[in-house]
Amino acid sequence: MRRWLLPLALIALLIGLWQIATSTGAVADALSLEDFLVPSPTEIASSLWENRSLLAENAWVTLREMLLGIFCALAVGLGFAILMHRWQVLRDAAYPLIVASQTIPIVVIAPILVVWFGYGITPKIVIVALICFFPITVNALDGLRSVDPDAVKMMRSLDASRWQRFWRVEAPAALPSLFTGIKIAVVVAPIGAVFAEWAGSSSGLGHLIQSDTANFQVARQFATVVVLAAMALVLIGLTALVERRVVRWR
Amino acid sequence: MELELGGVAHSYGDLQTLASIDLEVAPHSVIGLVGPSGCGKSTLLELVCGLADPTAGRIELGGEASAEQRLARCALMPQRDLLLPWYSAIDNAALALRNQGMRREEARAAAAALFERFGLAGFERAWPAELSGGMRQRVAFLRTLVAGKPVLALDEPFAALDAITRAEMQEWLAAALRADPRTVVLVTHDVEEALYLSDRVAVLSARPGRIVAELSAPAPRAENRDAAVTDPAFVAAREEALRALREGSR
Repeated sequence: MRRWLLPLALIALLIGLWQIATSTGAVADALSLEDFLVPSPTEIASSLWENRSLLAENAWVTLREMLLGIFCALAVGLGFAILMHRWQVLRDAAYPLIVASQTIPIVVIAPILVVWFGYGITPKIVIVALICFFPITVNALDGLRSVDPDAVKMMRSLDASRWQRFWRVEAPAALPSLFTGIKIAVVVAPIGAVFAEWAGSSSGLGHLIQSDTANFQVARQFATVVVLAAMALVLIGLTALVERRVVRWR
Repeated sequence: MELELGGVAHSYGDLQTLASIDLEVAPHSVIGLVGPSGCGKSTLLELVCGLADPTAGRIELGGEASAEQRLARCALMPQRDLLLPWYSAIDNAALALRNQGMRREEARAAAAALFERFGLAGFERAWPAELSGGMRQRVAFLRTLVAGKPVLALDEPFAALDAITRAEMQEWLAAALRADPRTVVLVTHDVEEALYLSDRVAVLSARPGRIVAELSAPAPRAENRDAAVTDPAFVAAREEALRALREGSR
């Protein structure tokens, strides 16, 4: 109860303060701006409601990009982690490259990918996958390597094949760590999707924010951010739920 | 002889852990190996089990000398219980049967019969984390027993337990071996434990380990442990073993 109540109370307090600060015009005056450029929570809420079908339409576009991107990253990252775990040579060769690849800012690659793949969903999926690949791969590999070498000896002595050692010891041992990776991926996926849409698209929440910037639709921009954040929260919640079902022994 | 070691020596790089071990163990008898910490006792067990080959000398299990054959004829119970946290107690005990290709239900039924017999009835479905230290060791021993191999290699099976639980577990193991005799190689640093559970006890020297004394136990696996370990013959044997241990440690 307390775990939920305290953060909720804090959020309510912050929104209340924001409401007072904006409805009195204090913030707008301080920034020397027109009132409509600094929307209050109630204005954002009514924008959310009025634009619900537009937001839902674009949210679905972005959600699809995120989910497909995470799924691709999961498939490739997991496969890669298993291969690197199995072959030390591959790990020694590829691991530094994977780390180094993270230093390339996604903002820079996004426009290039749009040039290569066009304005469709493909460059978005690639960008989300690129940004999610790292946390998933690294955490999965860490999990696989966390296995007690004595447990592997015990399994060998109890007639386990290489394959059985993987499925019965290494894979389950890696699960908690893998889920940590997925949760991080879910958090960064919206960033990837929005950048990808900014680089070139005709729909999606990122695209909506971009076109609203040009039209000074600040209340709707805030509403879009709320939807984006809500989507990420729901995905994290779902991941945690699946984790609790799968990692039952914890 | 079920187990024969001739001139077995082992090194890790420049570090020699074992020097010329000769040993013969008759079928269904228990050999206790005691020695100071780091004398290569655990290494010797791994060699016997076929998890590695000695740098020199020959190890035969049931007349077979290859590591593969030794793996097939010997089951290792490692120092820590190493129960897999993602399997219930019964599935941990049935691990070897599953590895050998038995279907899950059959394997569980086979292990369940032993749970009944060895005082674990009612704990089949428990997660390892829910079991006490003594219970975990029992499950770990059953897991080794269930593998159905003629030779068991036990590496300090009760080292992590408190004194009372340890005495109880020694009685329990004695009863288990009376009911289901196997050829056992028991490594321990506890001279009393070795003398109570074994038919013969070999005392190893400090690294590189070699056998400095071999003595017969006066009352192997006697039903009344308290009476057995306070018997003058037992006390005398314990003193003799301790003396050899002290001299070998120099």
